[in-house]
Parts: sequence; C-alpha cells; structure tokens
Amino acid sequence: MTAANNRRTIAVASGKGGTGKTTISTNLALVLAQQGKSVELLDCDVEEPNCHIFLKPQIHSSKPVNVLYPSVIQDKCTGCGVCAQVCEYSAIVVVKNKVLVFPGLCHSCGGCTLFCPEEALEEVERQVGIVEEGSSSGIHVIQGLLDITELMSAAVINGVKKSAGLSDIVIIDSPPGTSCPVIESVKDADFVLLVTEPTPFGLNDLKLAVGMVRQLGIPFAVAINRCDMGDGEVQRYCDDEHIRIILEIPDDIRIAQAYSRGEMIINVLHEYKGLFVQCLETFFNQKDPGLNTGQDGQ
Amino acid sequence: MKIAVSATGKSLDDQVDARLGRVQCFLIVDTETMEFHALDNASINAGGGAGIQTAQMLSEQNVKAVLTGNCGPNAFQVFNAAGIQVIVGVSGVIRTAVEQFKSGAFSQAATPNVAPHSGMKGGGGMGRGRR
Repeated sequence: MTAANNRRTIAVASGKGGTGKTTISTNLALVLAQQGKSVELLDCDVEEPNCHIFLKPQIHSSKPVNVLYPSVIQDKCTGCGVCAQVCEYSAIVVVKNKVLVFPGLCHSCGGCTLFCPEEALEEVERQVGIVEEGSSSGIHVIQGLLDITELMSAAVINGVKKSAGLSDIVIIDSPPGTSCPVIESVKDADFVLLVTEPTPFGLNDLKLAVGMVRQLGIPFAVAINRCDMGDGEVQRYCDDEHIRIILEIPDDIRIAQAYSRGEMIINVLHEYKGLFVQCLETFFNQKDPGLNTGQDGQ
Repeated sequence: MKIAVSATGKSLDDQVDARLGRVQCFLIVDTETMEFHALDNASINAGGGAGIQTAQMLSEQNVKAVLTGNCGPNAFQVFNAAGIQVIVGVSGVIRTAVEQFKSGAFSQAATPNVAPHSGMKGGGGMGRGRR
C-alpha cells in the first residue's frame, strides 16, 4: 500500500474465529460506500475469503501471487550442509550429501542462497495463490486466495495489500487468531477493531489478540457481537484494561438468518445501520479514537 | 544393525509411540546385542518441519531402520534419501517390536501413511489459528 495523505486503514481482527469479523467489515465498508466515501475492502482471510458471499463483487481482474524458493544446481553442490543450517524452517535439508528442498515450508528469506559457499543455489518462482479485484455497491473489493495445500498465507496477504491504495479508507478483514497471517494483515493498519463475543472462549482469545496489538503498538478498540448473551466478563475485562467498546451487536436471530442467506445486515435490518454509522463516527471524529494501545495509557 | 524406535519412555519395556516428529524420544537399539540408548527429540517443539528435522537427526545416527506408528510425506522423503527403512503401524512394547523386526515380521512402508503435521496436538497443523 502506498501512503496517501488522508488514507485511514482499519483492520477488523479477532483472536477467536466465528465472532463476526466478516459481518462487521463488510457492513462497515457498505456504510462508508453509501455515505459516498471511497472505500476498499481487503479480504485477507486468504484460506477462506468470504466477504464475496455477502458483497457479491463483480471480479474484473485476477493475478498470481508468486514466491521464491531455492533450486539446487547439482554440479556445483558439494553437500556441505550450510543451507540446512541457515534454514529456520527445515525447508532445505542435506542428507548423505544430498540436498532436499521442501518448497511448501520455504519462507522465501533467501538465506540459503546467500550463504551457500559454492553458489549452488538459485531462487526460482512458484505460484501459491491469486489476488482478485472487483467492485460491489461502490466498494473496491480485493481478495486473496491461497492455493490448496499451500501454507504461506502471508505472501498472498501481502499481495492483497500491495494491490490496494486507490481509496481514502481501507477496511481489512483479517484471518482469525494471532499468528503470522494475522500480523501480516494488521501490521500497517492505523487502527484495529477486535471483534469478540461475551463468552469465556471469546474472552480468552480477546486477551491474546489485545496482547498482539499492544505489541504492535496499534490503537485499537473492541466490538462485541451477540452482546446480550453469555456472561459479562468481556465487558469487565475491557473496563479493567481501559479498552473502549465501540460497537455492540445484539444476539438477534434475524441477523443470523440474514447472514445465512448471504445478505447484508444494514440492507435488510435497517434499525442496525445506526450501530455501524456510530462506530465509524467514533473512529473518524476523534484524533485518537481509542482508543488506546493499552497499558502505556496512550 | 542399529535401528531407531519412537518411544514413550527410555527403556525397552516402554511402548512404541505413534508419533515421529513430535515424539518425546527415540531408543537407538543394536538389534544384535539389544544394547540401546535414548535420544531426546530436539524437534518436539519445532514451529514446523519437525518430521524433517527428526529424520535428519536419525540419519546422523546411522540407523538402518526406524520403527514408529505414523510417518508423513516430508519425513518419509528424508528417510528415503538417507536410505533408511521406514516401518509404520508399529505399537506395543518396544522390546517385542524389536524382536518382531528381527524375525522379519515387518515390511518396509512404500509410502507415507499419514498427512503432514499429523502428530501435532489438537490436529491444528500449520497455517491456521493460534499458536
């Protein structure tokens, strides 16, 4: 993504899966588009992108995502094993003077090629996924799709992010969890909205996600989905940690019904549009909408 | 002949462990004398590539065969390159398994018998979710 003056990037993330990241990011994007803002929605959940189910974008371009991995030049290789020592991921090993490469495990760091004393390695390209672009209701939708059996989601996520940059506002639908693909999705965002649910599982995974964004130093706030069910522990935790809750969506069966039909909440349940508008206002009308990075009291 | 057995403990009376890359330890057994020593598996907590690292470690022990429960494609490829026989589906007491191996009761696996990352707790595998 290239930096523009007023561009703001909001990443929607969560420690726990199935909390409503896609619901929230697609509805936020649609509210912005309906307000006449230029908005891009990046579906960075490249193992199972699903924003398209709700926004049904017209895909107009598709391009491959390639990564580099080492290939052995047999007549130069002495089987010394330096490459295997360099590799953090066991993507290249040397057994009985034979070099074995496991492309699926390679993180494309280039270390083995750099350190090979015989210059017996060269980097070659292979495809691990695609990036698709399209539009829907005034939203520029960009989604990544990791090839089946591939592991390097971060490369595809990076491809999605590189394709963005035309709009004033970018909404990122991140994968669940707190591992590398999530970090790759949220690390350049101006703000992270952490979605959770008021259950012990939701709380446990929220704590992990809060730890992650604090480590990254990105301002954040919390959204609670199905806010009127479960226990009050998530709210209590947010109070204790001075984390702002800027969106609460009730547990309404009509939302679940709309979701299962692939419909947008704000289009079919108009009374909920205000929640998303308000959430965005909280974000845009304040200099620092949280909005905090937590313990350091920012 | 020196062979490796994935083990739940450090004696011949312990059980064969079904795991390879994520097993606690191996017994390196001399099939002629039944002398053995235990070898801790350094890859047990590896972020990824545990089977590969384990297979490489065993090849450095110059074993001729490995007795285990499950072996995935990555480790299998390394064992193949190293010329190490892989025997999968082995269970029970280690001493008995080694005796059975000596009597020729086992046949070498021609292909890996499980998918990659099968030995990870919770079956999460790589790529997905929290770690």
